[in-house]
This record gives sequence, C-alpha cells and structure tokens, in this order.
Amino acid sequence: MPLIDITDLHVRFGPVHAVRGVSLSVTEGEAFGIVGESGSGKSTVLRAICGLAPTSAGSIRIDGQTLTAPRRPAFYRRAQMVFQDPYASLHPRHTVDKVLSEPLAIHGFSDREARVERALNDVGLGHGFRFRFPHQLSGGQRQRVAVARALILEPEILLLDEPTSALDASIQAEVLNLLDRLRSERGLTYILVSHDLAVVSHMCERLMVMQHGQAVEELARADLQAHRASQDYTRNLLAASEGFSRAAP
Amino acid sequence: MSTREWLLTEQPASRRQARLGQSYRTWLAFRRNRLAMIGLGIVLALVAVALLAPFISPYNPIVGGDLRTERLLSPSWQHLLGTDDQARDILSRILHGSRITLLVVALVAVIATPIGLLVGTTAGYYGGWVDTVLMRLTDIFLAFPRLILALAFVAALGPGIENAIIAIAITSWPPYARLARAETLTIRNADHIDAIRLQGAHSARIIWGHVVPLCLSSVIVRVTLDMAGIILTAAGLGFLGLGAQPPQPEWGAMIAGGRRFILDHWWVATMPGLAIFVVSLGFNFLGDGLRDVLDPKAQK
Repeated sequence: MPLIDITDLHVRFGPVHAVRGVSLSVTEGEAFGIVGESGSGKSTVLRAICGLAPTSAGSIRIDGQTLTAPRRPAFYRRAQMVFQDPYASLHPRHTVDKVLSEPLAIHGFSDREARVERALNDVGLGHGFRFRFPHQLSGGQRQRVAVARALILEPEILLLDEPTSALDASIQAEVLNLLDRLRSERGLTYILVSHDLAVVSHMCERLMVMQHGQAVEELARADLQAHRASQDYTRNLLAASEGFSRAAP
Repeated sequence: MSTREWLLTEQPASRRQARLGQSYRTWLAFRRNRLAMIGLGIVLALVAVALLAPFISPYNPIVGGDLRTERLLSPSWQHLLGTDDQARDILSRILHGSRITLLVVALVAVIATPIGLLVGTTAGYYGGWVDTVLMRLTDIFLAFPRLILALAFVAALGPGIENAIIAIAITSWPPYARLARAETLTIRNADHIDAIRLQGAHSARIIWGHVVPLCLSSVIVRVTLDMAGIILTAAGLGFLGLGAQPPQPEWGAMIAGGRRFILDHWWVATMPGLAIFVVSLGFNFLGDGLRDVLDPKAQK
C-alpha cells in the first residue's frame, strides 16, 4: 500500500485554478520528485499535502487515512516541510536553540536539551551554532537549521520545496548530500519539488512533470537519464536542462 | 576574555549570552546617535527627579510660605524659579509635578500599547470577519476627537488625574492597532510563520511568540514619539481644570494658574511650560533614535 496517495487533487485560490486534477502515490522510503516551471502548481501540491493550501476537490491519504482539515497534531509528527528560502523560513529574532526547541515544547517532549543537541549534530552543525541568531549564519547553515527543525519531531515524510534553489551552487551539493544521508539513515520518504532536473535525477527514483497545474507524465529515474520521455513538454524540459547550445549555422 | 568580547562573540554559549549580546549590539547602534542619547538623558533625568522629588525639592510643593511677603517673587537665589500666587516655590512644584507627568506617561503606555498590539495582531492574523469587526471598532475610536472624548469622559466620571489617564489611554490605542495590523499583514504569510504552523502551533502561540515580537519594535517607536502628545494632552486637560486638581502640582494646571499674571509675573506660567517643552522634546529625540535602531525599514 502506498504511504502517500493523492487522487484527483484540485486547489483553487479564488478564480485561480492552481492544481487541476493531480494524482500521485509514493511508497514508503521512496523519493519522489515533482518537476515543472514556475507557476506550474508543483509547490501548491506540497502545500496542499501539509494543509497550507486549501483542497477544493480530491483526496489526500496517508497510510490509507484521508487527512482532515485542519490537520490533527499527530499529522505534524509524521510529515514536515523544508521551505525554499532559508532567509525567510527562520524567525529573525529567534536563536537556533529557540527554533529547534519550540516544536518539542508544542508536542510536549521532555528531553529537549538532548534532542536539540542531537538534531544539530545530525545536520552537521556543532554546539557552537546553538545560540546563534539567523543573521549570524550563512545560507547553507540556515538551510541545515531548517532541515534540523523539520526532523526534530522525527517524521517519516519530508516535503522538500526547492530546498537548494536559493543557495549557491557549491552549497547545493552539501545540502543535497545531507538530505541523501538522512534518508538512508532513517528510511525517510521524500517528496522533492524542483525546477532543476539534475537535482531531481540525483535525489529521486521516480518523478512527475507538471505544467499548468496538471501532471504531464511520470518517469522513472532511468527513463530520465536515458531521455526516454513520451511528451513533447518533457523533451523540451530535458533539452533545456542540457544548457544553451548554439544552433547549427 | 573581556566583557565586551563575551557580549559580541559570534558563538554564544548560552541563551542568556545570546540575548545580552543582541541587546548590547542594539545599544551600540543606539549610542552612536547623539540626539537619541540626549533624549535618553532627559527621560532618565525625569525618572530620577520623580523618584527623588521629596529629597531634592527645597520647599513644600503644596503649602506655601508667608502670603504677605512671599507671593509672586521673581527668580532669585532663595527661589530659583520664583514663587506663585500662593507663595509656593515653583521649582519644588515642578519637581513634584514630574511624578504626575511620569505617572500619566507610564500608565498610558502600559494600558494603550497592549490593547493596540492585541487588537492589531489579532485582526491582521485572522483576517476575514474578525479583521472587519476589530478594525471598524478601531475606526470608531479613531473618529472621536481625542480631547473632546477625554472631556466627555472626565465630565462623566468627575475630574481627577486617574480619569484623565483612562480617557487618554482609551483614545490613544487605535493608531497602535492600525500599525500592528499593517505589520502583521506583511508577516502573516512569511515562510517562518508557515513553518511554525506546520509544527502544530496554535494561533495564540503564533501571535504571541512570533508575530508580536516583530511588530513590537515599530509600535514601541510610535508610542515613544506619541509620549510628547500624551504629555501635552494631560497638560491640556489640567489647563482646562479637568485633569489634576489643585493643589496638585501638575504642570498644565500650573500654567492655567499662572495665566492671570502672565504679563506682570511671567515666570509663573513659563517655568512649567519649559518643563513640558523639555520633557516632550526628550521623548521625541528618544523616539527618533529608537526608530533608527529598531525599525529596519528606516535604516539607510
């Protein structure tokens, strides 16, 4: 049975029909990618899963159970999200310590000190970072804090909304390797949204291509690497990801 | 390691060190602004004078001297700022009056700021009908002319400094609510608010722990800049005979008392007027300095 099962999801923001009938299913321990251009509705699918965007039709099931709106507290301990921009996703007046211990306080954990220290070590930040403010951290360090925050409640599912697109190329690999390592260590299930095909083919076993709020096609990693796409749009996307090539004279 | 290094370290070792370091950085930025330091000095002097009034004033502020020989004396070494028509030393009355001024300012700030913050952040965070109801309520309060509402209030409850404070407080929170709501609208959809929502936090925790701290600095700046207006309103009520009652040494009431002799005995009305002027100016300088330090939008 798939861990995450979405059937015919529609999301409307007033007159805007952002997601039009997307279905996907992700099994446990899998990394699933969603690729598409800006405005294709790929981030909205993620936000709908965690309840930040309203579901106007269709259903989202986790372990066969349809999610309620608003989500139950137990949901937040199973699924967490990492946001795109680490400069916007950390509260500017809260120390790393506060950022990490607040979810523990909300869910009533008792051994907070030890968990905060462990979470920092897990993402490769030492004790020295614990009492810093976000403005004392670099972009990559901030994104590590955001990953630590998402993992501190020990969820099984991590929703990644373009986790590297706001970072320098040199730091992108660092964060991607961290995410890869954490997945293999903990058996996490990922849904990764990106416009970068290289990132998705590095991270994900399967992916879905989206355009105008609809799914264009689903591919396995091998298909992507062998350029076996059935739809024109996907082929264009693949060609575009090869980079600029001068037309023959 | 010196205290300064301990405060400014990039790797604080405890919650307290991180917080103190942050405050110290704010203080360093504040200290560079000379006018703000003058303002801070004036405000601190006001607090010190209010605390020490009974020990530093040379005469009794309520009971005057000999009515036959000591009325309306011009400033001299005996009476530095002269005496009024009841033969009371004006310096002593001004020193004691600082207590009333400080009481007004502190109480209005303590009453109006939380109301404004709470109403504004709640309206901005929830939006929809909560926003509509709360902001229309704010509009209603905002539509009352402040002095007239204070007059009506004092007329209903009877004159006295307490009623004047309540009247000023209930007419001064609406601008703070507006400001807090505007700030909240820009913060509400930030990723870090979504993130804490995804941690399962309740609205009260989000508003209090995440939205209010970000609104607080601009509201504090606004409150400080409004202090001068509050002092002037309190003095105005006193001048009209609706604030502090005689023989309390309230600065506005003292000006009203000196009005009759303003041509022959100028110091009776001028000295408390100068006190109001200096303190209002001090709060304005302080507010401007705080804005430069606390309000990120005002930074160059």
